[in-house]
Amino acid sequence: MRRAGAIVALAAVATGCAFHSSTVVLLPEPDGRATAVSVSDSRGEVVLDRPFAAVRGSPFGAQPYVASPEEVQSTFGATLAALPRGEAAYIVHFDEGKDRLSDDSRAVLDQAFAEIASRPVPDVLVVGHTDRVGSDAVNDALARQRADSVRTELVRRGLPPESVQASSRGSRDPIVPTAAGVAEPRNRRVEIIVR
Amino acid sequence: MTRVSALRASGVRCVLAAVLSMAATLACAAEIGQVKSAKGEVLIEREGRTLPAGVGTRLQSADVLRTGADGSAGVTMSDNSLLSVGPNSALTLDAFRFDATTHQGRFDATLSKGSLAVVSGRIAKQAPDAMKVRTPAAVLGVRGTRFAVKVDG
Repeated sequence: MRRAGAIVALAAVATGCAFHSSTVVLLPEPDGRATAVSVSDSRGEVVLDRPFAAVRGSPFGAQPYVASPEEVQSTFGATLAALPRGEAAYIVHFDEGKDRLSDDSRAVLDQAFAEIASRPVPDVLVVGHTDRVGSDAVNDALARQRADSVRTELVRRGLPPESVQASSRGSRDPIVPTAAGVAEPRNRRVEIIVR
Repeated sequence: MTRVSALRASGVRCVLAAVLSMAATLACAAEIGQVKSAKGEVLIEREGRTLPAGVGTRLQSADVLRTGADGSAGVTMSDNSLLSVGPNSALTLDAFRFDATTHQGRFDATLSKGSLAVVSGRIAKQAPDAMKVRTPAAVLGVRGTRFAVKVDG
């Protein structure tokens, strides 16, 4: 989503409260992905959709501007330094027709364990996926079974049970999009998400 | 397998799926996120009580995360939203719902003072504007993903 102007001011934004002002800055994505946030009050809306687009709202009105990296650092340095590490994700597959991880996937599981060990309070999510053969209800339950079996393996290897949750996305989130009813082994998978 | 037993089996699967999704919802209702980093004074106000918070503290809906003059804290929510507050801040986690199966949910938070950085997660990705951050001056609709906000005065 790209707009011609750096900032689209739909209306003059003034703050609703006489004694408060606030500053909002849109920050760049490390991978350059598009990003946006709308800032509104009863009088209008400003959409920030470019890195460092900013708006300062005060009782005297809204001031859209472009923040500098130096201002972001001096205003938000301590805050940004406290942001948690993002999640790391690993994907494992099963041998076809068996309730057993493939040999490749055992190596992936080792990598996931190294990541888990590097975090002070790891939370692990195990998310099961299916292909698009079968109904949503059946696939939701099947994906859940696959997730539960990976969860069991993680706990067997020593992860505390309370640190790992299993869930199911059924066929909603394919790696390879297909029509309904198509068998696709790459979509039959379990994601291990480490936070 | 006869038709009757096939029907029964699919009925069992449906009930199982329903029970499992209920269990997932209940787990999310109780616990919505976790403190992953903490420095200086970090407190949580919960049901009228003030509790010390640190790395590992689990968060619930309606918790207020407060930091002192030397404080900062980072939180990972269960939809993978990342939040952090700087010194002298107060952030209320007004409402948080997240369905891990459909990725639908709702996240409302209020920054009443101090500063907040956000990297939005799956709720905002699934439905832009399903995540809102309020300040005393404005409402932020989060379309994704990374921003910072500061309340003055």
